[in-house]
Amino acid sequence: MSAPALRYSDDQFRSLFEPRGVIVAGASTHPAKFGFTALHNILANGFPGRVFATNLEGGDILGVPTVAEIEQLPDGEADLVFVCTPAGANESVLRACAAKGVRAAFVTSAGYGEAGEEGRAAEARLVGLCEELDILLAGPNGQGLVSTPASLCAQIVAPYPPAGRIAIASQSGNFVSSLMNYAVQSEVGISRAVSAGNAASLTVGDLLSWYGRDEETEVALGYVEGVADGRRFYDQVRAVSEDKPVVLVKGGMTPGGQQAAASHTGSLASEGRVFEGAMRQAGVCRAATIEEAFEAAATFATQPLPKGPRTIVITTAGGWGVVTADAIWRSSLELMSLPDDLRASIDQKLPPRWSRSNPIDMAGGETRDTIPEVLEMVASHPEVDAVVYLGLGIQSNTARSLMTGRFYPEYGLERIADFHRRQDRRFATAAAEVSQSTGKPVLTATELALVDPDNPGPATVRETERLCYPSANRAVTALEHMWRYSQWRSRRGLSV
Amino acid sequence: MPTLSEADSKKLLAAQGIPVPPEEVVSDPDGAAAAAARIGFPVVAKLCGDGIAHKTERGLVRLSLADEAAVRDAAAGLLAAATPEDGPVGVLVAPMVSGIRELIAGLVRDPQFGPCVMVGLGGVLAEAVADVAFRVAPITRIEAEEMIDDLVAQAVLGPLRGEPAVDRERLIDVLAGLSALAGDPSVVSVDLNPLIVSGGVPVAVDALVEVAGAGAGAGTGSGGTR
Repeated sequence: MSAPALRYSDDQFRSLFEPRGVIVAGASTHPAKFGFTALHNILANGFPGRVFATNLEGGDILGVPTVAEIEQLPDGEADLVFVCTPAGANESVLRACAAKGVRAAFVTSAGYGEAGEEGRAAEARLVGLCEELDILLAGPNGQGLVSTPASLCAQIVAPYPPAGRIAIASQSGNFVSSLMNYAVQSEVGISRAVSAGNAASLTVGDLLSWYGRDEETEVALGYVEGVADGRRFYDQVRAVSEDKPVVLVKGGMTPGGQQAAASHTGSLASEGRVFEGAMRQAGVCRAATIEEAFEAAATFATQPLPKGPRTIVITTAGGWGVVTADAIWRSSLELMSLPDDLRASIDQKLPPRWSRSNPIDMAGGETRDTIPEVLEMVASHPEVDAVVYLGLGIQSNTARSLMTGRFYPEYGLERIADFHRRQDRRFATAAAEVSQSTGKPVLTATELALVDPDNPGPATVRETERLCYPSANRAVTALEHMWRYSQWRSRRGLSV
Repeated sequence: MPTLSEADSKKLLAAQGIPVPPEEVVSDPDGAAAAAARIGFPVVAKLCGDGIAHKTERGLVRLSLADEAAVRDAAAGLLAAATPEDGPVGVLVAPMVSGIRELIAGLVRDPQFGPCVMVGLGGVLAEAVADVAFRVAPITRIEAEEMIDDLVAQAVLGPLRGEPAVDRERLIDVLAGLSALAGDPSVVSVDLNPLIVSGGVPVAVDALVEVAGAGAGAGTGSGGTR
């Protein structure tokens, strides 16, 4: 299925995401103003291209000599303008920029569609102007954009995330920040991120659509409240799903039926139900919350897709496994029964008190090499599609208590603490290695990822460029998103 | 929005492969009795006309009529209940379709997504239970199957209290038929409620088709489309 045509060319999208140079229009000397922050963020995060700035008084800001008028800037050096000027000034700013060869504008100025009838009229004029000038218009009233392949941080908010393969498009600028904060914390990085603001011209659907073609992006992540044209949005995200996963959060569900109709069908056709059905049909992974959305996207970006639902839980303690098994039962994943040959192989590695069923509870019977060996046996078994591994980091947690007690490092405590910490690093590495060698998802979950991120277990998971899930339930939710998408693809004859 | 009579609605649906009961529309009590004898007892009798949308609420459905006398009585009562606003009416005589499960299916034109097909648990509790799934039309058979899979109460679709499982292929036929009707701009909405599952086959025992424009079935095509 082909996507609806975008109103902007690939060249214009490249001007937005990979500009040779950037103009900050309305740069400010005051460090609390957006016009300062935007310039600061572009300069401070290593953008390698030329950076220009305008300021009515001229003078130097952060080492950039500003000019009062865009006309004073050289021709053809900047592809992108980041507009911080008041709405009233923007027509002349954009006309001057177009004359200098600018092909894309991010307009952060407020006073448009969000500001009553007059603002809506101004927004319509802004859209018309950019069409006339053939400039891609992002915003207005947006917080900015990030493009890590270009080391570009053109935004009035924080943070600048690590580079990665997740691309974000959001109707809420603050959710862009939230998602990028998760990226900073988890070290699962971002390729592009755009706060669409009022999305007067460039919509979240347009951005997701382009991310589908973007070679720097492996998974597209969107936040929308309303979509102006549902059918177009459906066609756009469906076309992306055929290439790569789309994760979506929709805010602002309306309850109940909306169509007062003679028919039962009509009264059941609430906005939420129709939207849900359309997104499932389009292969989109709907997430209920922002953290679920990030974790689903991070999983797509870092784990291979499961080929089937058959999941095995490996745990070093009983209760964790039981609750994780419950979560799998509630999902569309399958808590598979342990194949006989796999049970026999594990019998060779563990004393008889282990669970001998799925979840595989080692019940404290493991020795130095057991966990990497069992991970390898389980993941490489042909009937197994996915593995959830629990219990990483507990040895290092013990080590931490030894190291902070008053007896350390005497009584052999240093040696045993080192051993514990080394073991967790080995286990985290093994989980990533067996996932890679078998081409199957292996998800590691521990609350230590949140409460003690420096614990060598979760810290090593981050070094292997994977997500350490803060709970088994959240790992199961992320895995289910992958399985649903995998199924959507295979049912349509698409590669998995 | 004008509607088609139940009988005309079902003709339109049957042409799309949607199972409907064999039924007759007659004009008087004697005709009803004769039709019932041909169909076989017990039967159901309903007042039938283009403008009649809420039969149950108005007491215009008579169930489990076991002999000709009962059919005659019921038909006379139904015809007497017609109001001038109902326009030309007749009596629809149909076999009692028995089954403990009622499903619902339909077609709506959504302001955001255009024509959408729906399936769910039906009957008088359909709106209260709201176990339904929508898809944007047209749908493939795979998509029809996925929307059936979306229903929460999957156990209702399996073998149940001595009745066989719902024949998914036949239910997919129903959804495919609705999807095909989405391509006809004169069809604004379709409501199949209930689809009674009889011997595993979902049968549309009631149907309501809304059509665009003034005359029923005029097919002028502008109203209700995107």
